[in-house]
Amino acid sequence: MSIFEVIRFSLRGLSANKLRSALTMLGILIGVAAVILLVAVGNGSAKAISDRIEALGTNTITVMSTGRGGSSSTSLTKDMADALVDAELAPDVKSVSPVVSSSSATMTYEGTDHSVATFVGTTPSWFAASSTPVGTGAMFTEDDVDQGRRVVVLGQTVAEELFPGVDPIDKQVTVGGALFTIVGVLDEKSSTGFNDANDTAVAPLTAVQQVLTGYGALTSIIVEASDPDKVDAAQDQVSTILDQKLDVSESSSSTPYRIQNASSLLETQTETADTFTTLLGAVAAISLLVGGIGITNIMLVTVTERTREIGIRKALGAPRRVILNQFLIEAMLLSVLGGGLGVVTALIGSHFEIVGVKPVIVPSSIALAFGVSVAIGLFFGGLPAARAARLRPIDALRYE
Amino acid sequence: MNKPVLEVRDLKKIYGQGEATVHALRGASMTVHRGDYVAIMGSSGSGKSTLMNILGALDIPSSGTYKLDGVDVSRLSDAQLALARNRLIGFIFQAFNLIPRTSAVANVELPLAYAGVKPKERRRRAMAALDIVGLGERAGHEPNQLSGGQQQRVAVARALVTEPALLLADEPTGNLDSKSTDDVLKVFDDLSAAGRTIVIITHEDEVGARAKRLIRLVDGAIVSDVRQSPIHLRPVGPAMAGRHYA
Repeated sequence: MSIFEVIRFSLRGLSANKLRSALTMLGILIGVAAVILLVAVGNGSAKAISDRIEALGTNTITVMSTGRGGSSSTSLTKDMADALVDAELAPDVKSVSPVVSSSSATMTYEGTDHSVATFVGTTPSWFAASSTPVGTGAMFTEDDVDQGRRVVVLGQTVAEELFPGVDPIDKQVTVGGALFTIVGVLDEKSSTGFNDANDTAVAPLTAVQQVLTGYGALTSIIVEASDPDKVDAAQDQVSTILDQKLDVSESSSSTPYRIQNASSLLETQTETADTFTTLLGAVAAISLLVGGIGITNIMLVTVTERTREIGIRKALGAPRRVILNQFLIEAMLLSVLGGGLGVVTALIGSHFEIVGVKPVIVPSSIALAFGVSVAIGLFFGGLPAARAARLRPIDALRYE
Repeated sequence: MNKPVLEVRDLKKIYGQGEATVHALRGASMTVHRGDYVAIMGSSGSGKSTLMNILGALDIPSSGTYKLDGVDVSRLSDAQLALARNRLIGFIFQAFNLIPRTSAVANVELPLAYAGVKPKERRRRAMAALDIVGLGERAGHEPNQLSGGQQQRVAVARALVTEPALLLADEPTGNLDSKSTDDVLKVFDDLSAAGRTIVIITHEDEVGARAKRLIRLVDGAIVSDVRQSPIHLRPVGPAMAGRHYA
């Protein structure tokens, strides 16, 4: 009997039991789709977390003064910030953004007041260093900083408070008695902690010093390293330069400034990713186990139920090989079709948000789920069929 | 005379072990020649089904020899047994044993498919066999759309489609009403008249009476072996059988 005949027999066997075939495939489909989707959801949330951590800026160093404000010997100045831009002494520093900030600025537009949580005065490099891109409009330029032009970029919250349903670009607001022209609006930023990261406004350093804070000390200096791996090197270079500028002796144990870097966050991110990898592995293993048991069950039932049919076929002179091939091909068609449909279902399902997470498909999970399901289907479809085909016809016929 | 179609010598079949041992067959011997129509009768538990299963190569005896068309069946491998079941034996079951949800003609084609006959030729021969049992116009029906008698006639067609040396029927009318029984028995009469070798198991006297030779089995042993009509003539049919028993 040729292989084509056997395949035709298998197809006839499957179509003769449409409901059972469909249910078997459904079982495999759910098993495969569940594994792929669960892993994708886990992967998606891991991605979301690492994105959020990255949004905080992972290659920046923040230099803050620890001294009580006013004392000229311990405060950070614009000179120090400029000194950090030094290709010789600080090769791993990509950009330096001096920052002054005010938390008591009130912004007024046509009689509406809004108290801005943090009013930042800085240079254009700050936008990149702090991972705060401008959504609409434009950021201000170096030239604006040099000229002390009164332009401002608003955070989402401020824009919504003062300009509900109105495009704020080119409108003028009053801050500290001075008029500022709005040139852009920041992208929405995910908030961490209790502070609303969107309740902010950013203007040129010089303008803010002139209007709000005066030409005193800087609040902080944000230094961007050239690479996330170079953060530590950049930090060393920065402290060397600052120690010189502030006359800190080698032996001194305390410095008048404090450096915060993002490498601790990076560590957290790596740990989070590891935890998620472990979690994903466990989820995938359990799903595969459950899916596998489902497939095993349905295959065992299907073949056991047909032991009598195997007996009839043997009584009619079917060689063991032919019976085994027929059932193996049936099992293979069911598992491959069911598994394939499961993969398709998972791929379609991954386009939707599941419990607030956008699933991100892990390609290896597709191969794993599909492979394991097909293997289980073949094994547990083939094993009882092989056993039944080995029975004496009379025993197979009597089987109930 | 040419070699017998079927020759069994001192066939024994023992089920179970120790206390629970059951001797289903205690040394049955018989020879069936080409063209004969043998009925084996016996009450339930007499071992007739066991004998039939061994004759059909569905089961193997505990001891004794079984020669089918001159071939010692007990020495055959699994693959050779499959071949013997396919080419030499047509088996008809009490419970019909058609493949469910598969059309009558596909059921009849099955043994031919296992024999490696081409699909076209298969279809032609299957239709011819269905015509012999008078079900040509119901070829496309599935078993659950046929009456018991029709299902059994499909099973008969399936048994004879490979033109086997031996037709074995295990209580073929056991599940049938009298009208269907008559239809099926008439098919057997016609087949016998056409020269087929038939061995049939039954516990119904009217079925046994139509055969050319009647063997009675009691407790796993043959107690009587009576020739009722000559081997080379047409079987007596229902009328004669009725008179015989009146």
